[in-house]
Amino acid sequence: MSKPGRSPPKRQSRREYLQLQRVMAGAVMRPLGRGEKMQSRWSDGQPMKKFAAGFIKPNDRLTSFERLEIYNRQYWFRLLDCFYDDYPGLRAVLGDRRFGRLAEAYLTQHPSSSFSLRNLGQYLLKFLEARPQLVEPHSQVGLDMARLEWAQIEAFDNEAKPPLTTDSLLEVDPARTRLQLQPHLTLLKLSYPVDDFLVQIKRAQRLRDEASNAMEAHTAHARRRLKGRLKPARVFLAVHRHKDTVYYKRLDEGAFCVLSAFRKNATISEACQQLGAVKSDPADLGGKIKSWFQSWASLGWLCRLDGK
Amino acid sequence: MPANAFNAYTDYGIGIGLRVPHYNHILSEKPTVDWFEIISENFMCDGGRPLKVLDQILEQYRVVQHGVSVYFGSAEPLNREHLKRLKRLVKRTKTPWLSDHLCWGSVDGRYTHDLLPMPYTMAAAKVTAMKIRQARDFLEVPIAVENVSSYAEFHVSEMTEWEFLSEVVERADCGILLDVNNIYVSSQNHNFNPFDYIDNVPAERVAQFHIAGHTHYQKYILDTHDHPVIDPVWKLYERALRRTGPTATLLEWDARIPSFEEVHHEALKARRFLENVQARKIAA
Repeated sequence: MSKPGRSPPKRQSRREYLQLQRVMAGAVMRPLGRGEKMQSRWSDGQPMKKFAAGFIKPNDRLTSFERLEIYNRQYWFRLLDCFYDDYPGLRAVLGDRRFGRLAEAYLTQHPSSSFSLRNLGQYLLKFLEARPQLVEPHSQVGLDMARLEWAQIEAFDNEAKPPLTTDSLLEVDPARTRLQLQPHLTLLKLSYPVDDFLVQIKRAQRLRDEASNAMEAHTAHARRRLKGRLKPARVFLAVHRHKDTVYYKRLDEGAFCVLSAFRKNATISEACQQLGAVKSDPADLGGKIKSWFQSWASLGWLCRLDGK
Repeated sequence: MPANAFNAYTDYGIGIGLRVPHYNHILSEKPTVDWFEIISENFMCDGGRPLKVLDQILEQYRVVQHGVSVYFGSAEPLNREHLKRLKRLVKRTKTPWLSDHLCWGSVDGRYTHDLLPMPYTMAAAKVTAMKIRQARDFLEVPIAVENVSSYAEFHVSEMTEWEFLSEVVERADCGILLDVNNIYVSSQNHNFNPFDYIDNVPAERVAQFHIAGHTHYQKYILDTHDHPVIDPVWKLYERALRRTGPTATLLEWDARIPSFEEVHHEALKARRFLENVQARKIAA
């Protein structure tokens, strides 16, 4: 029973409920300040303590600010952990401090828009292409590595359609048939052999995990040494999944051209015509194409026939 | 025998969460486990090893789905694309019931990937109950909602957490996944008696229990799922079981995960309490 002369507390409306969630999400997702603490001022300049006290109750041990800060810190720790796990190669290229700054800038610009943290890096490449200063002076290595690491995420759990066999390919009209590549397969034209670099980084990471924190300094040194050895080299790469394991497969330039043409919906004949632009021995070409198709079919990369 | 419409799996026994570090052990050693709980979102993908492992597990074990991102408590409508993916998984696992949290975590298409606390208001209860009903109708599977651990309370709240939980489940006509560790954590963070919570939830709607460990900080407790269950949480579990009767129980261990045997051993400590309550029921 309410006290005489005192009106009952105002009931929250659905609109106010949504507004409360917007306010809290804004605070939770706001970048942390110095020392990984919540920023001391809200976006309109008012003290964050006053802002938090407007909707969060304090208790006998924590202020409203401190209670809200628990969520703010957890949000960033969770997303940064995930980002660190997904991009060990890019982290090795940039170093921990620069990678941390990049991660915060990216996640502020592109908060997660998916139920799954797996998709956290889906806009990273475009983000980096628009802001090369974030990866300079290793811009090309950084972009190559970001491409490779996203391709790896796609290869891990993208769909695998029923693959075509070599025999079924023999029965088709090359002038009318369009092949589709597996959704888990990504083709990459790289300026640096970042695939080798990433393999070595992961090996060093495994060693560190098996040993102890004493390895930390050693692996940072090893990372710098590995990066120093990274020289420009044109690499044509397929990142794909085979028997539930993700692989990087180096390709001939010609094979890369044919597969890329399939991605652009070319017929088999049109795809093979792309080889005209690639330097190769014409006497050997027929045998090469045959072995490519056999290899692709055995890996299950080709998965649909259209226009038969 | 089912205890009631919401607790139809009284004989499910004690399960543990299916976690990546244990995959190889489970698939090679095939240990005897009453059931596994999976995090739905980890398997709502289109292919690859996660689904292959899941299919192998389904060949041998009973699996129950537990979600972290339907966000029944979000003020916005349910995400239909998310529900479609979830339904594909429900058909694959044939989960007897599906649980997710009484919380929110996304707004305007942006996800916090957290289980954020709700204001305990009638407006929130109505929206949440409506969304639970919609999800159940679409997914065609019984739903149980789980109380979360929380670190903040809102000025605008109009009732206690257990009153809010009761309001939601009565309006939605759904089950409860009662997490006794979360009750303990929140009771310490918000200064209430956890037994008041246990004694006031509608026991007939409890479909499943969660037990877990947590971490003490100087001024609050964090629900970290990285320790064994402490005695005060076992006491809450015992009290709750007396009210509900035998109920499917699951141990959560999600960080600093020890060996499979250690996790399973910890989970099986619940057996003593389940057997006691079963014996009491028979005697009665």
